[in-house]
Amino acid sequence: MSRVGVKKTYKLYIGGQFPRSESGRSYPALGSDGDVLARVSRGSRKDLREAVRSSRSAVDGWSGRTGYNRGQVLYRIAETLEDRAGTFVDQLMATGSTKKQAGDEVAASVDRMVWYAGWADKFAQIYGNLNPVAGPFFNISAPEPTGVVGVVAPEEPGLLGLVSRLAPVLVPGNTAVVLASQAMPMPAITFTEVLETSDLPGGVVNVLTGHKDELIPWLADHMDVNAVDAGGATPEQAFRIQEGAVHNVKRVVLPEANGPAQSPYRIAAFTETKTVWHPKGM
Amino acid sequence: MAITRIPSTTHEPLLWEYADSKESTDVVEIDDRYGLYIDGEFRSPRSRSHFTTVNPATEEPLATVAEAGKADVDDAVAAARAAYEDVWGPMSPPERAKYIFRIARMIQERSRELAVLETLDGGKPIKESRDVDLPLVAGHFFYYAGWADKLEYAFPGIRPRPLGVAGQVIPWNFPMLMLAWKVAPALAAGNTVVLKPAETTPLTALAFARLTEEAGLPPGVLNVVTGAGETGSLVVAHDDVDKVAFTGSTAVGKLIQRQLAGTTKKLTLELGGKGAHLIFEDAPLDQAVEGVINGIFFNQGHVCCAGSRLLVEESVHDRFVDKLKRRLSTLRVGDPMDKNTDVGAINSKEQLDRISDLVESGRSEGAEMFQPDCELPQRGFFFRPTLFTGVSQSHRIAQEEIFGPVLSILSFRTPEEAVEKANNTPYGLSAGVWTSKGSRILWMADRLRAGVVWANTFNKFDPASPFGGYKESGFGREGGRHGLLAYMDWSEG
Repeated sequence: MSRVGVKKTYKLYIGGQFPRSESGRSYPALGSDGDVLARVSRGSRKDLREAVRSSRSAVDGWSGRTGYNRGQVLYRIAETLEDRAGTFVDQLMATGSTKKQAGDEVAASVDRMVWYAGWADKFAQIYGNLNPVAGPFFNISAPEPTGVVGVVAPEEPGLLGLVSRLAPVLVPGNTAVVLASQAMPMPAITFTEVLETSDLPGGVVNVLTGHKDELIPWLADHMDVNAVDAGGATPEQAFRIQEGAVHNVKRVVLPEANGPAQSPYRIAAFTETKTVWHPKGM
Repeated sequence: MAITRIPSTTHEPLLWEYADSKESTDVVEIDDRYGLYIDGEFRSPRSRSHFTTVNPATEEPLATVAEAGKADVDDAVAAARAAYEDVWGPMSPPERAKYIFRIARMIQERSRELAVLETLDGGKPIKESRDVDLPLVAGHFFYYAGWADKLEYAFPGIRPRPLGVAGQVIPWNFPMLMLAWKVAPALAAGNTVVLKPAETTPLTALAFARLTEEAGLPPGVLNVVTGAGETGSLVVAHDDVDKVAFTGSTAVGKLIQRQLAGTTKKLTLELGGKGAHLIFEDAPLDQAVEGVINGIFFNQGHVCCAGSRLLVEESVHDRFVDKLKRRLSTLRVGDPMDKNTDVGAINSKEQLDRISDLVESGRSEGAEMFQPDCELPQRGFFFRPTLFTGVSQSHRIAQEEIFGPVLSILSFRTPEEAVEKANNTPYGLSAGVWTSKGSRILWMADRLRAGVVWANTFNKFDPASPFGGYKESGFGREGGRHGLLAYMDWSEG
């Protein structure tokens, strides 16, 4: 008799822990053939608030690290991702990718993470400025992280879409609350296990699975979220995010703003430029 | 003859007489009535509606100004679109640059005239409009003129392309300077403009429109539609406007952000602030006093980045407050056209009422008020420079933007507490820190969540220096290389 396999329970990722939804709810993640691949947690408003709280408390620590250190942690994510390639390929194939497509997507995800990791100690050099003001002053502008960023991950590709959206948020020291692909949540959940084993401090990335229509209004309205990448939102969801953004003047990156997936200006969208003046004198 | 007070070592100031020194208004001609500047000409508004702009220092009417309605805004946007498609867009960048350089030079030539007009219409001291506003205005055009044909060098990998028609709504506190901050980078990046100046200060924008006409700027590249909030709302909501830039209150900024929800228009917002000004015990206290005075009484405190929350290290709190009070007593409040005047007129009755209301809340919530015993003019809108001590974080005067000559003073014991209190606000526009310790300056500068940090100085501005807020103080930067981004398509390749 063949051995009975041990199935994994797919949970949320909040504050470096893997809790189920406090609501006790779940929903089925379906494969391309319509089979239920797993039941995943259906995150609630309370889960979202907990994720934001966790993200907020992680901002000082993560943004306070040196760019060199953040770069190494992001690179470590790429290493761990590569290590788990087989799992991701299986999951992507279960949702309709061919083996080649799945392999390519995982490879591209690893490479993208490596590309962004390298920016952590360079971005300020291309985006910052020593300003030649007309007076005896030292004047310098440098980018700083915006703070807590909501990331609405694209529905697909399940892994590459998430990595492409998340990496530029993390580079300058933001923390993230991610709403995973609703239709293909499993790569996102497996990715949280990569994060957990990659020296990334708990709380820097929090990932919720669930119904986007349910979670987006709470994310959009939350007063302690500073920016939202609406890249994976439908037009209606993006509109709802823009509406909610008004409460605390959130920065919103719209799906239409899609430029190249690898761009330092994706990092720029989640930074604030600070200019410091000091007089020169004897 | 006016009277001022000389500081003495006691708290009882000496009285000192000084002669009036009035700036002449001969240099300015003000029309009785102004139309809208659309497609290179002044037109009567289709709305047939006008309003009066008054001198806030005398309450006398200065001119009747057109109030643009929907049809007028449609005309202005259409003119800007046509100019963008046919003239300004296709023009070679070096040619565009020369127009902007020319405008910069003409502003320098007519600097005194524009400064006087600014002071008459807005109430700010002539000393400031003459020595701060207008030099910065000219500098801003000169700075961005030079960028117009160098955009491909501004940001690695970005192919510089304009956005199209920019709708710009500006405030009344620095009418001409805010015009420069908006118009100069927009034109340099190849956009055309529909500008809506503030209702209470339209005259310098109209004078500027005439100046661009003399500069030969092609019709439609700059359009000026005067009016109140309704006109501004028509501009930002117009379907054929590609880019919206607004400077003003956070409340109105949020309305605009809401209006633009569901569109893909590019938006930059430069909104309110509640700047923290931090004084450590090792600071050069006398210099810091000057910085603090400038930080809150410059332009009557009508400054979004004003240092309106003073945080003083407990060990020097009392001494510093004493120095401030003495300095406050020597401020000359009154006629903005007098070259001696330090604090001019409050911009409008409405703003005066708002300041009075917040000051009243400070008293009723238990803070201790200090005002010098200065005489105010009989007519016009004026408010005494005001300090509040014993302010706690929960007081309205510690939380809300007053936008007037009112300073709220709190204290702190440790650098950590200073940072905590400074950042305890939904705003994040400016902050100041005074200390002799270099490492502490940089430590503080890293932690203050504000777009501009002035260390051992305050309220410094420069065309090359990016300006803008964190959090509810808005997003986007004006000035410097970063200021270009607000008016460029970010596409790469």
